[in-house]
Amino acid sequence: MLDETKGLYKKRTGLKINPAKTCQPIGAMYAALGIHKCLPHSHGSQGCCSYHRMHLTRHYRDPIVASTSSFTEGACVFGGKSNLKKGLENVFHIYNPDVVAVNTTCLSETIGDDVGEIIKSTDVPEGKTVIFANTPSYAGSHVTGFSNMCKAMVTHVSEKKEGKKAKGINILPGYVEPSDMMEIKRIATLLNVPFTMFPDTSNVVATPNTGNYSMYPEGGTTIKEIRRAGNAIATVALGSFSSEAAAYELEKKCEVVPYIMKEPIGIKATDAFIMKLLELNGGNMDASLEFERGQLVDVMVDVHNHYHGKKVALFGDPDILIAMTEFVIDLGMIPTLVLTGTPGKAFVAEIQDMFDQAGLAESQVMIEEDLFTFHQLIKASPVDLIIGNTYGKYIARAEQVPLVRMGWPILDRVGHSYFPVVGYKGALRIIEKITTALLDHYDQTCEEEDFELVM
Amino acid sequence: MSESKKLVDKVLDIYPAKVMKNRKSHMVIKDASVKQEIAANTRAIPGIITNRGCAYAGCKGVVIGPIVDMVHIVHGPVGCSYYAWGTRRNKGKAREGGQNFLEYAFTTDMQESDIVFGGEKKLRAAIDEAVELFHPKAISISATCPVGLIGDDIHAIARDKSKEHGLKILAFSCEGYKGVSQSAGHHIANNKLMTDVIGTIDTPAKEFSINLLGEYNIGGDEWEIARVLTKIGYNIISTMTGNGAIDEIANAHKADLNVIQCHRSINYVAEMVETKYGLPWIKVNFIGVEGFSKALRDMAKYFDDPALTARTEAVIAEETTSIEEEMAGYKALLDGKTAVLFVGGSRAHHYQGLLREIGIETIVAGYEFGHRDDYEGRDVIPYIKVDADSRNIEEIHVEKDEKKYSLRIPASRAEQLKKEIPWASYDGLLSEMKDGTLVIDDLNHIETEQIIKILKPEFFGSGIKDKYMVQKMGVYAKQMHSYDYSGPYAGYQGAVNFSRDVAAGILTPAWKYITAPWYKEPLLSGKVEGVEQVC
Repeated sequence: MLDETKGLYKKRTGLKINPAKTCQPIGAMYAALGIHKCLPHSHGSQGCCSYHRMHLTRHYRDPIVASTSSFTEGACVFGGKSNLKKGLENVFHIYNPDVVAVNTTCLSETIGDDVGEIIKSTDVPEGKTVIFANTPSYAGSHVTGFSNMCKAMVTHVSEKKEGKKAKGINILPGYVEPSDMMEIKRIATLLNVPFTMFPDTSNVVATPNTGNYSMYPEGGTTIKEIRRAGNAIATVALGSFSSEAAAYELEKKCEVVPYIMKEPIGIKATDAFIMKLLELNGGNMDASLEFERGQLVDVMVDVHNHYHGKKVALFGDPDILIAMTEFVIDLGMIPTLVLTGTPGKAFVAEIQDMFDQAGLAESQVMIEEDLFTFHQLIKASPVDLIIGNTYGKYIARAEQVPLVRMGWPILDRVGHSYFPVVGYKGALRIIEKITTALLDHYDQTCEEEDFELVM
Repeated sequence: MSESKKLVDKVLDIYPAKVMKNRKSHMVIKDASVKQEIAANTRAIPGIITNRGCAYAGCKGVVIGPIVDMVHIVHGPVGCSYYAWGTRRNKGKAREGGQNFLEYAFTTDMQESDIVFGGEKKLRAAIDEAVELFHPKAISISATCPVGLIGDDIHAIARDKSKEHGLKILAFSCEGYKGVSQSAGHHIANNKLMTDVIGTIDTPAKEFSINLLGEYNIGGDEWEIARVLTKIGYNIISTMTGNGAIDEIANAHKADLNVIQCHRSINYVAEMVETKYGLPWIKVNFIGVEGFSKALRDMAKYFDDPALTARTEAVIAEETTSIEEEMAGYKALLDGKTAVLFVGGSRAHHYQGLLREIGIETIVAGYEFGHRDDYEGRDVIPYIKVDADSRNIEEIHVEKDEKKYSLRIPASRAEQLKKEIPWASYDGLLSEMKDGTLVIDDLNHIETEQIIKILKPEFFGSGIKDKYMVQKMGVYAKQMHSYDYSGPYAGYQGAVNFSRDVAAGILTPAWKYITAPWYKEPLLSGKVEGVEQVC
């Protein structure tokens, strides 16, 4: 397994090996699916759309539908205007969505298509909406694409109605699973917060099997709700990398006060999220949520011996990593390496600050790096556990280290669509995953005389 | 009006006039009494939710990527390399003392500044770093969309760096916008194998030596095929390209026969190899018990060696006997069921025989990126109009290599053999279909939905993008590109694996729970005793 990975880490200038990120349009497509009756449309070669649909489908095991401008060589020479115009006409005639969310690709960006102008010059049927986001694959990562599409929802849809009293809170859930979005809604509902959450993929990419296929499932935030977001009192943006751009856009466009928070993963970040909702909305803590928190603390005390002091290396997307690094430190673990493929110096500062506060002088944080580097560093400084997406399984096997699958994408296990990692319940699930991974590994590798019934 | 005609009308009715006219030409109701023509390998309509991919996917993803001992560098932004990393299930192993890079994805991860100022510097650095880190036998460079647009000269870089480092570097201009589907990428990749690889190593071949063309070792198919072929006494010089090794492909011209599995992706290479080096090709189908046995017998006829023929018959007898009972068991479970197949440029044809062996009849079939010859047979090739999209894909012409050419079979016997075995011949998918069944090219989302709704087949064989939509409608859908993470499906053991998986998919108890009991049984009106008191 990964037999060619050798040697000590050395910075490379040309070659990325086993990337820890992918390109913008796939994140934009995922965000767009969180709008009710929305068909994402990829403006570029059909291969992009095909790859993005495939990868999202592998992760969600649910139908992921999107259309494409199907560029040919001619479109590259003459521009993609007629492809997009014809494409939109066909899309509305044949698939009848309420909304089309256009994302660009490296192809349409490189040839310089002005998507905004093209859409303006297209006859969009009455009552239908077309939004777009520029998502060049050569900048940022899939997280940037998600963020850009969320921002586009505000730019093209949200409105502040003058003279109308501001009410309610916007929640931007960030690049998390449908299960997490469902859990965020449950928490806000239990706290009696009047809220609008967008995007919301919870009943779009994790739909029930009823024997009937509906191209547009019941879920997703409606255009009306996103429009109304401009009249909210505040925006709680979860995950700075995926949500702050939309929150700041709401502030700029509609004067809605933004609060940028961590993803509510782990006890501290969940506490902070709940405190913010209580602060903004008033009211008291919900008893059932308090009960869940108590259970979480109880388990953290009871099973800490299984993970306290263990070394863990984490990779994935910034928002998940920021919250997870905080949580593993709270569990008494030692995050020795935190790595993302996504650019962003703020990430380094935030993680380094956590290391400093926890007195972790040896720990390393890296951005714009890849899994080859991650593997080389683990070889040089071994760990007890890896936390990351499915792509970590090669390294886990090569180094005989257990892997806890977290983040996006998870292509080889089920559960992420249905069981959240956010909130107190989610934190409990993370502890279950970590302890199970460590103990399963011990049970499979320990001497027979050390194999024990009760652990 | 036939059922198929009603279905076609209903599907076409959804479309605006122009789209309707276009899509109509891609649909044919089989009628053996007339010569039928189908539109294929034409561009997809913008806005239509097609399943097709791009030239890059066909080049790097399908043809070049499976070669195990090369570092495959994708020159472009990160996504294209990322999505083609470990997702196709082309398995491979390192040769003894050799390398295997299938677990790796290499990309130049182009950034905005590379788009503006050019990405050549980065590509050069990437090659240097790959050589320094891995010392591979060879490197490939696959171009993605922006590379062609900004004008990076990947071919010049390949030449320079090849000289500098003393290793083979193959550059492919397979930008995603080229052609109309993956098929363009197959051509671009195979042309390069023809011009730069095949014929560059001359290790003498042993007897009964063959190449397997258009076999990609998905789920280990090639290993199951090779198990049986080796048992009979064949020497497989190279496989293009499943579990392929660059030096083996370089030596391919030393074989005595090319056998072609996937006609679409590689038939032109076989043609060129025959012209240049003299070894002929036959079309085989390694899928299904009868298909595989026929392929083995055709190969034996070609070599015309009594001992080989006897071993062929002995192995066929041994292998088929060992699986007979199990296959009969699956047939008993599945007899009378129907299938819709939409896959590839070959598989929608290849699997029909195997499905029939377990009692399943194919009622609709089509290719995602097939050409007219894949439907209508090779006779149509001279009459296919080359449109602007295909003209952009380089056609190469080869001539007889006077030093390396050798005629394998004397012309007189060749003429006789051509009557007995599919020597350079393929009749296409339409020939397999029963009258009244439907053939659709480039089947799309809404057509799939309509077909499944109306025909309610028990089996839908396609890809991941339409799998879950079909299953939401209560019909088992199997990924025929990746085999739903199972396999091998080729050869004798593969036939058993496939049948087992199909039986499990159709018969798994979950289906009977789709309708909840409260929708099936009358609900008694009544109330729970004591509820009021408790409240």
